[in-house]
Amino acid sequence: MIQINNISKSFKGRNIVSDISFTFETGKTNMIIGESGSGKTTLIRCMVGLNDPDSGDVLFDGRAFYELDFMGKKEIRKDIGMLFQGGALFDSQTVEQNVVFPLSMLTNLSESEKRDRANFCLKRVNLNNANKLYPSELSGGMKKRVAIARAIAVQPKYLFCDEPNSGLDPKTAIVIDNLIKEITEEYMITTIVITHDMNSVIEIGEKIMFIYKGEKWWEGSKEEILQTENKEVCDFVYATKFMKTLKSKFQ
Amino acid sequence: MNIFFHFGRYFLLMKRAFGKPEKISIYRDRVFEEMYILGVGSLGIVAIISVFIGAVITIQSAFSFSNPLVPIYAVGVAMRDSMILEFAPTIVSLILAGKIGSSIASEIGTMRVSEQIDALEIMGINSAGFLILPKIIAAVFFNPILTIFSMFLGILGGYIFGLMAGVVTDYEYIYGITYQFIPYDVTYALIKSAVFAFIMASVPAYHGYYTRGGALEVGQSSTKGVVYSFILILAFDLILTQLLLV
Repeated sequence: MIQINNISKSFKGRNIVSDISFTFETGKTNMIIGESGSGKTTLIRCMVGLNDPDSGDVLFDGRAFYELDFMGKKEIRKDIGMLFQGGALFDSQTVEQNVVFPLSMLTNLSESEKRDRANFCLKRVNLNNANKLYPSELSGGMKKRVAIARAIAVQPKYLFCDEPNSGLDPKTAIVIDNLIKEITEEYMITTIVITHDMNSVIEIGEKIMFIYKGEKWWEGSKEEILQTENKEVCDFVYATKFMKTLKSKFQ
Repeated sequence: MNIFFHFGRYFLLMKRAFGKPEKISIYRDRVFEEMYILGVGSLGIVAIISVFIGAVITIQSAFSFSNPLVPIYAVGVAMRDSMILEFAPTIVSLILAGKIGSSIASEIGTMRVSEQIDALEIMGINSAGFLILPKIIAAVFFNPILTIFSMFLGILGGYIFGLMAGVVTDYEYIYGITYQFIPYDVTYALIKSAVFAFIMASVPAYHGYYTRGGALEVGQSSTKGVVYSFILILAFDLILTQLLLV
């Protein structure tokens, strides 16, 4: 479980995230949604320590991240897996080397154990026969799957996904979404997904937080979000013609 | 005030870069990898430039020393001192700062804008240490080797082309390059080259590491890294000459 308490962050005097508190539950796909520029990525960066918040704290299973020293933070980070928007795969390494990398740096496994674990993770994300390929030779969906394999290689307790299906076709996006959900339930991970894709929310969202202009505007389940009367949430959820049609049919 | 901000941030980055490595064996492998990329990969350009500059210095010196009171072997003396004291350590470092510096700044800058450095941090890895330290160690170890290589090839180039041009004889050239030779000059050159190597690896790494934005900013970081390396190398050339020779 990850708990955030009164997180605020500003850049050059401009408030990006204002006083957000929320609890992300274990074994569930927690989602942070909101328009572009609403502060979702900044919030997640504050949660993993890539940006220090101006105020507030993040509790990883009760361990207050910002009260820890450098080594304490490092220990928590070893439990974190993160899927970046662009994949953030190391260009100079093959797919297998990318997945083996965190194992080499953070564990004392033998070469064969590392390779076995990497192959297991790659198989888990349905990537076979891609071990020797370089990131530049992969499609967008494959890159995301390698990034997931790398993120789960060290068996993290917390998985952060920053717009995991951006730039993907709808079919591949669903594959990635379902993969995240399956992994979350299988390994009982606390997963946090940032997205502005409502298909994703409906597909895998279990606990949802809507951020508007840097503030937590709404929280609830995916069933609740489809029925809420909150204007800003409705503007976001029913922004597309598809969702509007769905709503009218639903009503 | 901006300069103090950059100095402060540079020293903090270096402090992080020299932090305890997570896995010594992986860092050691990365040092060898960087030695190959930065050092072995620069042998060709250093060889070509050194041979030609050696030849040019010899021929130019011979024409400058046309006064009958100046002995011909002075060409060898001038050639040796120019190569050992200045060309091999400083000019080669400036050339390498252009080649290696832009490569380091753009590599680390691209890793920054494509979130690869964030990925390292999330894994609990000291990204500054992992990316910068092996490059600095490789450069500091390999640049003195390149400097000796440059001295040797420069003097050889001067010898071959001096004889071919007929401006100096075999005996006079060899007598000149050995005349009143001070071994400390080589030590001085090697100390300079090690300091310049630190600058040419760390300054572009600093600019790459703090790149913000996209492709345009990566290019700007690369340019800044090279320009500031040049300025610092020349400044330290003056400081070290004052400290070590005067």
